[in-house]
Amino acid sequence: MDNCKCCENKGYDELGAFIDALPSKKGELITVLHRAQSIFGYLPREVQEFIAERLDLPLAKVYGVVKFYSFFSMTPKGKHPISVCMGTACYVRGAEEVLTELVRQLGIPVGGVTEDGKFSLDTLRCVGACGLAPVVIVGEKVYGRVEPKKVAGILADYSDEGEVRS
Amino acid sequence: MSKMIDLTIDGRPVSVPEGSTILDAAKKLDINIPTLCHLDLEGTPMVNKGASCRICVVEVEGRRNLAPSCATPATQGMVVRSNTIRVLHARKTVLELLLSDHPKDCLLCAKSGNCELQDLAEKFGLRENRFEHGAQSTYVKDMSPAIERDMNKCIMCRRCETMCNEVQTVGALSGINRGFTSVVAPAFEMPLEESVCTFCGQCVAVCPTGALVERDYTWKVIEALADPDKVVLVQTAPAVRAALGEEFGYEPGTLVTGKMAAALRMLGFDHVFDTDFAADLTIMEEASEFLDRLTRHLEGDTSVRLPILTSCCPAWVKFFEHQYPDLLDVPSTAKSPQQMFGAIAKSFYAEKLGIPREKMVVVSIMPCLAKKYECARDEFSVDGNPDVDISITTRELGHLIKKANIDFRNLPDEDFDDPLGASTGAAVIFGTTGGVIEAAVRSAAEWATGQELSKVDFEALRGLEGCREAKIPVGDLVLHIGIAHGLGNARRLLDAVRNNEVEPFHAIEIMACPGGCVGGGGQPYHHGNMDIVAKRAKALYREDANKPIRKSHENPSIKALYEEYLGKPLGEKAHHLLHTHYFKRHKI
Ligand code: SF4
Ligand code: SF4
Ligand code: SF4
Ligand code: FES
Ligand code: FES
Repeated sequence: MDNCKCCENKGYDELGAFIDALPSKKGELITVLHRAQSIFGYLPREVQEFIAERLDLPLAKVYGVVKFYSFFSMTPKGKHPISVCMGTACYVRGAEEVLTELVRQLGIPVGGVTEDGKFSLDTLRCVGACGLAPVVIVGEKVYGRVEPKKVAGILADYSDEGEVRS
Repeated sequence: MSKMIDLTIDGRPVSVPEGSTILDAAKKLDINIPTLCHLDLEGTPMVNKGASCRICVVEVEGRRNLAPSCATPATQGMVVRSNTIRVLHARKTVLELLLSDHPKDCLLCAKSGNCELQDLAEKFGLRENRFEHGAQSTYVKDMSPAIERDMNKCIMCRRCETMCNEVQTVGALSGINRGFTSVVAPAFEMPLEESVCTFCGQCVAVCPTGALVERDYTWKVIEALADPDKVVLVQTAPAVRAALGEEFGYEPGTLVTGKMAAALRMLGFDHVFDTDFAADLTIMEEASEFLDRLTRHLEGDTSVRLPILTSCCPAWVKFFEHQYPDLLDVPSTAKSPQQMFGAIAKSFYAEKLGIPREKMVVVSIMPCLAKKYECARDEFSVDGNPDVDISITTRELGHLIKKANIDFRNLPDEDFDDPLGASTGAAVIFGTTGGVIEAAVRSAAEWATGQELSKVDFEALRGLEGCREAKIPVGDLVLHIGIAHGLGNARRLLDAVRNNEVEPFHAIEIMACPGGCVGGGGQPYHHGNMDIVAKRAKALYREDANKPIRKSHENPSIKALYEEYLGKPLGEKAHHLLHTHYFKRHKI
């Protein structure tokens, strides 16, 4: 991945400042984890250790909370994170098949990242675009009325961009 | 006086103080509603009230849903039924679901006979299971030197988590995942051995199933006993004699010291010795160290640190290594009795027998799981040969005796062998909270004043209050002594000391287990009944009162050991064999 150490350190500074600014450290674990995930994109072990230490909580407890809520992730996101909506509307209109097709074409399970770090795959609850169901989101871009046979085309949108070439 | 609430259960009226649960009310009527996740260790912060298992449901008139009795407050005029067909159906379903995701290897399980799930299944008389073919979870066993975790047997009652987090404040365990794959685990599912776990074993003591059990070494003992090339010594910790009887149907609090010695001899141990001997030795060193620090402190030496903290509990030692790495020079450097025994056995006694230490096997019988971990610590071995080879629990000794077909109840009383079997009353009370410091005070007071104590019983130091303090006049000085048992209480006391919130102490005794070693993680299961632990403690004080010698420094075998071999307490040889040092460990 393209995370250089200096960005990481900056991330810790930001997270540390956020924690220091909290009026009380009690009961703030979830808030802090959310912030950390938005800074780092995911919650690797080192970040959880940092949080446990700063909030004076057992590491096991921090880990327990991360593993309990599905919106916390311990794997880094791909460069283009793909989310498939699994809300009711999308589900009844075939989101499951779309997801299966994505899993097949990317060769990764839900929650996984492709080996080149390009795509990651997750599911979401209703994103409020039911009129377009089933919905797939790649990065910031929303694709509506997706069918399994359209999956290849969506992925192709990201094929010819300037990946690092040596 | 709190307000009383009247209700009926199964048609029988009962009144309970406001705030009681339906379960409390049922207990008052001797109506035995089954429970599984609920556990209330009275006198400790251990109250598990997640109300997650639903085995305790009852019908409450006027309510649509069944109510978990362990978490539902009793209200005025409530009409409760604990055994309607609806209730029985619900319980049956809960049980069937639990068993559908539970391995069926009860015959090979260390908790068999003591498992609360097995007990329920037996009582309920389940003969088939509608959900039998559900998937089974497949976690790999985690084997630490002291504790085995088999999460396939976990029923997610979360008692262990409450114990580890609320009572012990160690925080090694946390519930992870949801639904079918949920278990309790250390951070990142790392092996327990790599975590902040202290091996106090209290999670094992409260786990209702075989998910958490001791690492069993009985077979290693049998192999050592069968090896004709080995000389096998055994030492038994103070708290074992007050609890072993429970494994053979005796009332809690029955002392079985003599039968235990006889059984060990029948098992084939070459020398039946007593950890109590080493407890007297610990007092010689620890009380000397205390007096030394105290004298220097009173003379104005600012480099000495007080209070001195006891160091005979290995779970407490590991706890402060993780949690108070800045205080590593505060605890006494004296080794625990188990390790002092091993060090003397494999030096002094091996020389006396004229055998190399490798030929000797030292087995210890402990109320404790942390001792299994302790004897495996690197600093307690010489060229890879440990001072104590195998440590087994009171429960494991019970199994050993049963395996060997020994009719324990009909054994005659026998004595320990000399010289490492001789002990005083001061040593035997090591097994209960307050006992170590009382033993130390008995010797320190006589040494400091040069006068014989008119009374050796220091009642002010006894009791089961989690954190206590006492002022003991010694000559023209008043010693301020603190006592804590349970690691959460230890933390509270230490934090108060560190933040100068309390009058400075001279000495503090700490034991990791609620009640001290009588409530240790290796003792017969008390199933939540803390009276059992209190009865064991009383038994130890009885044994103390009946001993002809009650002060460690008057133990003739100890005196001889110093004359013949060790020289003086805190002397060079004693320092080398009987003292240790501590390591900084990670905090989270
Ligand atoms: S042995 Fe003690 S410290 Fe370790 S997990 Fe169990 S309760 Fe926690
Ligand atoms: S390990 Fe034992 S005590 Fe802990 S949640 Fe599972 S069954 Fe309950
Ligand atoms: S209090 Fe006793 S039984 Fe408990 S961990 Fe300490 S030494 Fe072991
Ligand atoms: S269900 Fe997918 S957008 Fe609402
Ligand atoms: S015992 Fe009441 S819900 Fe488990």
